[in-house]
Amino acid sequence: MSVGEYIRESQIWKSIFRHPAPYDRRNRAVVMLTNFFLHLHPVSVKQGGIALSYTWCMGGVTFFLFLVETLTGVLLMFYYRPTLEWAFTDIRALRDVTTLGIMREIHRWGAHAMVITVWLHMYRVFLTGSYKPPREFNWVVGVLLLVLTLLLSFTGYLLPWDQLAIWAITVGSNMARATPVLGHEGPGFQLLNLGGYDLITNASDARFLLLGSRFVGEETLNRFYILHCVAIPLVVATLIAIHFWRVRKDGGISQPL
Amino acid sequence: MESHPDLTASVIRGLGWLYLIMAVMNLFWTINVFQSGKAYESIAGFKHIPKAAPWGLYTIVLFMIGIVHVVFDSSPADFQFLLPLGFKNLVDVIIANPISYFAVSMVIFVAMIWLRKWWTKPTVAWVLLNASMLFLGVSMTDYDFRQIVGKPDNVPIVGMLFLVGFFTWLYFYKSVENDRRIAAGEPKIEDEQSEQVLVWPDLVYTEMICMLLLTALLIAWGIALQAPLEEPASAVKTPNPSKAPWYFLGLQEMLVYYDPWMAGVVLPSVILVGLMAIPYIDFNTKGNGYYTFEERKFSIVTFLFGFLPLWIGMIVLGTFIRGPNWNMFGLYEYWDVHKLEVLNNVDLSQMFWVDWLGKPLPRPDANASTITQIRTILLREWLGFVLILAYLFILPPLMAVTVFRNFFVKMGFLRFMVLANLILLMAALPLKMALRWAFTLKYIISIPEWFFNI
Ligand code: HEM
Repeated sequence: MSVGEYIRESQIWKSIFRHPAPYDRRNRAVVMLTNFFLHLHPVSVKQGGIALSYTWCMGGVTFFLFLVETLTGVLLMFYYRPTLEWAFTDIRALRDVTTLGIMREIHRWGAHAMVITVWLHMYRVFLTGSYKPPREFNWVVGVLLLVLTLLLSFTGYLLPWDQLAIWAITVGSNMARATPVLGHEGPGFQLLNLGGYDLITNASDARFLLLGSRFVGEETLNRFYILHCVAIPLVVATLIAIHFWRVRKDGGISQPL
Repeated sequence: MESHPDLTASVIRGLGWLYLIMAVMNLFWTINVFQSGKAYESIAGFKHIPKAAPWGLYTIVLFMIGIVHVVFDSSPADFQFLLPLGFKNLVDVIIANPISYFAVSMVIFVAMIWLRKWWTKPTVAWVLLNASMLFLGVSMTDYDFRQIVGKPDNVPIVGMLFLVGFFTWLYFYKSVENDRRIAAGEPKIEDEQSEQVLVWPDLVYTEMICMLLLTALLIAWGIALQAPLEEPASAVKTPNPSKAPWYFLGLQEMLVYYDPWMAGVVLPSVILVGLMAIPYIDFNTKGNGYYTFEERKFSIVTFLFGFLPLWIGMIVLGTFIRGPNWNMFGLYEYWDVHKLEVLNNVDLSQMFWVDWLGKPLPRPDANASTITQIRTILLREWLGFVLILAYLFILPPLMAVTVFRNFFVKMGFLRFMVLANLILLMAALPLKMALRWAFTLKYIISIPEWFFNI
């Protein structure tokens, strides 16, 4: 009996995996049904649906990157404190002294890569016409995921609290000032007033809501930290679950009709 | 500029590795071509030259160039593989000017679609890939190019360009093949892959290998390239240029042509709503689940136009070409803070009243009643209002009864109006650009009093 077999025959292994390593057709089907993680997948698929040259694997890669970001992100949270006093120094320490500070590199490059792969995924879904019925709604879910991916990236960009960070966020959020009606430099903001007093000022407009302040400051850091580490990831995870569920309910990866 | 340290030994060595990688790639390519057994009938009297011969020669040259770079140990000043100045200047002149930049990108876009049968041939595509890698490599010897392309946050964008190029190629390659098959009544590529296979092992193993490779890639990337960290944040030291994160630079570029409320709020929302609306306005039931161009020309061309020149193209522009004061700089040009660009754009109302009628611009009297003020402003801007309203409300019905008649009949009123307006709003950007360049037009409607400029 080889070591591998010995391990796979042990009570511990069997108790975890519930199903022996599958070698024949029947067991290969059963393993998909009895493993929690694998049950995301159907038992069998059309060959074309898993051909890399068809799907480009970009949805899968995006999902994988989301997992990588979650993992490295949690590790980074152990080191990083979102305050004006510490944010920058903590990041610098990650670079200079912390063991495994490379987590920051992986997190940042993974984030860039995720933005790119989510675009490429949308690109392939469009080019194969996979948004056509019955998959219309999953495309809409996808667009929401796209927006949230960009927002995740955007909120994370501020956290190192260096020049690159605050000015990119300043430039990016300045637009909100000009939101029609709701921004204090937007067309029609005067429409919202009570007895001659403007309701929309630089301390109550859309940009203020986003930043928690009139400029990118400590409130903003706190707000973006929570959005980045808790709020948006939760929404994204939920939407990804719906997205995957719909892929299967809509009949699996699109095929020629 | 001479004052810049143009080349360091480590850059030269790095380039050497790039050329060596290219040599290895071309070695495989040569072997591949050789095995196909193809040959030129006769060249200059010689008969049956294998097609692999020129590739072999090219591979050897690449190897030699690569080795020379890697072992280079004299002073970088003696280095010879540089870009000719004339070439640099030519590229700079074309790229640092919005008109020629967009003209070139439109020519490439049209050629990409027109010549799809030609450039998707593997050999042509391979030549293009080699050309772009050589271009990147040799350009890296230029200081200014390296400054901007080598910025840590910009490296992924270079990678993205290669990926987008590759996948666009893949799409056209498969579509050309499928379109040929459809015309010939043969089964499509995807039809041949309709056999049912088990997820374990076929998919599960692919996924695992993908994950391992990606993990390795991310770790290697993380070791090779340090994440950027600049000086601690300072609210008083504004960097010049101040750029949004790279994936929003397409939006920031729109700020050149539209005010923030349009470029930063309205148009992005339109992009999102438009994306979500796609499945509901595309009434063409063909092309579901396989690659094709012929069967859905209109939707493909529209989407490619939005994605390639407008989205990706503007990100490239915003990242690599916009420098201090948001001026445009060539790829090999020094980012000079003092570069002057004359801006004398005029509003339409100004043109109408002052230039054409020779009258002063009507000005609202601050002491008059609100109604009178509004009336003066509307009078001042009437031409702009008429144009914009006509664009949004008269043009769609006109489109419905002329060019887009077929669409209108098939889509029905509501769908068609949504489609027409989305297309018009997408076209609003290139149109405004063209107006700006042709007539130095600033705003079509200009009401700074209400922050309402279009
Ligand atoms: C966080 C972002 C996203 C993740 C993790 C994700 C993941 C996936 C995965 C794993 C698949 C299976 C097929 C494949 O890999 O191509 C898929 C399919 C699909 N995705 Fe996404 N996706 C994301 C964003 C998007 C976006 C932005 C769109 C479109 C705007 C989109 C639309 C679709 C559609 C319509 C399908 C079904 C395709 C088919 O049946 O061929 N998804 N997605």
